[in-house]
Amino acid sequence: MARIELNVDGQAHTIEADPDMPLLYALRDDLGLRNPRFGCGLSQCGACTVLINGEPVRSCVTAVDSIGGKKITTLAGIGSPDKPHKVQAAFIEEQVPQCGYCLNGWVMTSVALLEKNPHPSDGQIREALTGIKCRCGTHTAVLRAVKRAAQA
Amino acid sequence: MTMTNNNTTMDVSRRQLIAGAGALTVAVLLPGRKARAAIATMASRAELKPDRLATYISINQDGSAVGWLGKVDMGQGTDIGWIKMIAEELDLPTDRVSLVLGHTDQTINMGGASGSTGIWKGGASLRNAAAEARRVLVEMAAEKLSVPVDRLTDVDGIISDKTDPSRKVSYGELIGGRYFDVELEWNQMIGNDLTIKGKAKPKAPGEYKIVGKPGTRRRDVAPKVLGTLEYMVDVKVPGMLHGRMIRPSVAGSVPTAVDQSSIKDITGAQVVWQKGFIGVVAPREWDAIKASRALKVTWSQVKPPFPGNAGLYDHIRNAEVVQYDKEVKTGDIDAAFASAAKVVEASYEWPFQSHAGMGPACAVADVRNGEATIWSGTQKPHYCRDGIARMLNLPPEKVKVVATTGPGSYGRNDAGDASMDATVLSKAVGKPVRVQGMRYEGHGWDPKAPASVHMARAAIDRDGKVTAWRFETKAFSKRDTMNNEGEPEYTLAGQLLDWPLHPVFLFGHPDESYGFGAIHKISGTIKPLLDRASPLRSAHMRDPGGPQTHYAVESFMDELALATNMDPVAFRLRYVTNPRDAAVIKVAAEKAGWQPHVGARKQVKGDVYVGQGIAYASRGGTRVAVVAEVEVNRSTGKVWAKRYTVAHDCGQIVAPDLLRLTIEGNIVQSTSRALWEEVKFDDKAVTSVDWKTYPIVDMTEAPETIDIILIDHPELPPTGAGEASTRPTAGALANAIFDATGIRLRQAPFTPERLKAGLA
Repeated sequence: MARIELNVDGQAHTIEADPDMPLLYALRDDLGLRNPRFGCGLSQCGACTVLINGEPVRSCVTAVDSIGGKKITTLAGIGSPDKPHKVQAAFIEEQVPQCGYCLNGWVMTSVALLEKNPHPSDGQIREALTGIKCRCGTHTAVLRAVKRAAQA
Repeated sequence: MTMTNNNTTMDVSRRQLIAGAGALTVAVLLPGRKARAAIATMASRAELKPDRLATYISINQDGSAVGWLGKVDMGQGTDIGWIKMIAEELDLPTDRVSLVLGHTDQTINMGGASGSTGIWKGGASLRNAAAEARRVLVEMAAEKLSVPVDRLTDVDGIISDKTDPSRKVSYGELIGGRYFDVELEWNQMIGNDLTIKGKAKPKAPGEYKIVGKPGTRRRDVAPKVLGTLEYMVDVKVPGMLHGRMIRPSVAGSVPTAVDQSSIKDITGAQVVWQKGFIGVVAPREWDAIKASRALKVTWSQVKPPFPGNAGLYDHIRNAEVVQYDKEVKTGDIDAAFASAAKVVEASYEWPFQSHAGMGPACAVADVRNGEATIWSGTQKPHYCRDGIARMLNLPPEKVKVVATTGPGSYGRNDAGDASMDATVLSKAVGKPVRVQGMRYEGHGWDPKAPASVHMARAAIDRDGKVTAWRFETKAFSKRDTMNNEGEPEYTLAGQLLDWPLHPVFLFGHPDESYGFGAIHKISGTIKPLLDRASPLRSAHMRDPGGPQTHYAVESFMDELALATNMDPVAFRLRYVTNPRDAAVIKVAAEKAGWQPHVGARKQVKGDVYVGQGIAYASRGGTRVAVVAEVEVNRSTGKVWAKRYTVAHDCGQIVAPDLLRLTIEGNIVQSTSRALWEEVKFDDKAVTSVDWKTYPIVDMTEAPETIDIILIDHPELPPTGAGEASTRPTAGALANAIFDATGIRLRQAPFTPERLKAGLA
């Protein structure tokens, strides 16, 4: 066990954890956050995605002691019910999710995409979101939402 | 204890109800009957009986309404459909209607999410209940205001005298916080087929102001997108341990020895081993995972039970049929074949497919002191309760299942297994246990959609007319592991604990209206490859049997069109007998810009072949035609389902915008199944254990356009929309691929490897 400091959604936390433990379990079990979810534990689906210093990262394969002082942002940290992020607002407007279990992957990766490329083409959006899984088949709704967010 | 909500409507209703719970009982006398009424709270509602209005509808003190439904929504917005139907009958704005869904102590068994019956059957009963509630409210108002019923009008929950609008009373004043003590007519059925009705006649469709109109937003979307919704995986109970199951590497083998010392260094880790059931628990989740990996288990030696993918279809063809479905037979089929000028035959193959939920199933069970509470993402909470009650030898009323938002559900997936695993673990350690599968279990150990072979044969006379059609299915059962977890033996844990097995052998026939002179439909099911705790046990998955069967039927229709020198659309219109079926085919073809053709056109555009294909099917009264346009890469063989045109007729439409999104999801998911999905297995085990070994559609492969044309029949009852549009997709794709390349694919999925072999 080791003492590990984490900066999540603007708040500093200290936890005692196995340094090899994936960040996902620290966020969910030690900090009690809901959003990053276990999907595969293999970096294949995106359900556990958080931003680390603005970059989308799969928290299920990121060792908790590898973060250092970097800023971790979760789905609940990019916007609030009163002030949703433009990507969140667009996902709501397009009524994208069905079960919504996959949302961290789509939303967080789209946030990072639009930071770098505010007006991506259809092909650039698809490429940026490749590999993220959705089992309900909301892909076409996701595309509409990301395009809407890019225009916001 | 953390309580969880199925959705936000639940949350709202709970707060409203608790806020309204001041006194214990208040007597009201309903007109014409001796009645009591009690404050309706979460703690005290009227006794749940199928023939009581209070079971389905209550009115809060502020006049808002609550629908109580033994069904659940899995993310398609079915709840909004129910809200609209209640709001319509009670003339309330939709934001004054909320729902309590699926909780077994607050709703009766109406089947859960099942068979696309949400609006079709559940909605029909709820509509009757809401109409009856309104009738009773108007009668109560008539008595209270001393005004005859026909002089009353009812707007937004206020009933007033038409001749003197100042004489008025609200729903809340009439019955708010108390319950309707009104008897309903009940058909004595439980589950999907439960039907109730009161004396009131629901509104005529011409009077609708809410049903069929777009614009009602789903209530779970914003909390999901903003990250405020509590999912099944988020449920925490004080003192809860984390559990993980351990599965054998050879299907059918069971633990014979366990080396407890192998996990002695993991804090608080503990083994639960009973017969074939083995799992670990630990206070910390990561420790439970580590323990499940570290535990040394000796497994029994068993003969590897499977033929492997390469031997699958031969196995099905050669296996003995255990049971035939009731056959469908019209006309003199033997005479038609005897006098045929030409006979066309083909057979089609479909693999096992996995639910492959976004998250492996999770459940929390708290089994203590002769009671059990289970939080589950199951789509059938009442059956989940019944199975757990039997496993624990408790009366069902001592078991409560809290229906909680899971990672989607498209049938009998792994949720029912996780609920039972958590139950057995909790009972063993005497503490609440949360169990979640690892990814290999989500793919490798969920119940599978059954693999099948379909053999079609048709007689064509001298004039080129199809005079007979024989369609024979041979398949694994769609209910080897039942369509619900209502008995322990229909769960992995129950099977591992040696409960006697009762597999059901059933697959089904195609559902279409082709009027060939003589028709013979045969469907036979074969034994499972391994009868107990099999990773290939088969069960319901979105449109059970539908995609397989109609892929075969619709591919064969195109083969017959070619054999009779007809265009595929014209061929279908010639033989289809139901006018609504003809309508969806015509509309889809017209909107897609169908170009009539006979045989494959093999049109080349740069490095791709392009083609168009059509398929249609009906399902429980809903009919769907799909035109697919594909691009097939000439060098890689990769298929892109670029554009779809979907004509959809499910009778009366309740929520058109949500219906569109539901259809879109069906089309994308069924595209994935047709192009990519095949459970791989060797002789020992399922080898599709993650997203690499079980690929599904990727964003780079998502369709460019899905045009959906909704055909509304307000005069007809609504039928289901949760599954019907999954049914024709594979057929439309296979036919489009044929048009593009001339390759007739008689085995799914339509992977680049299969196309490339044909293109070479």
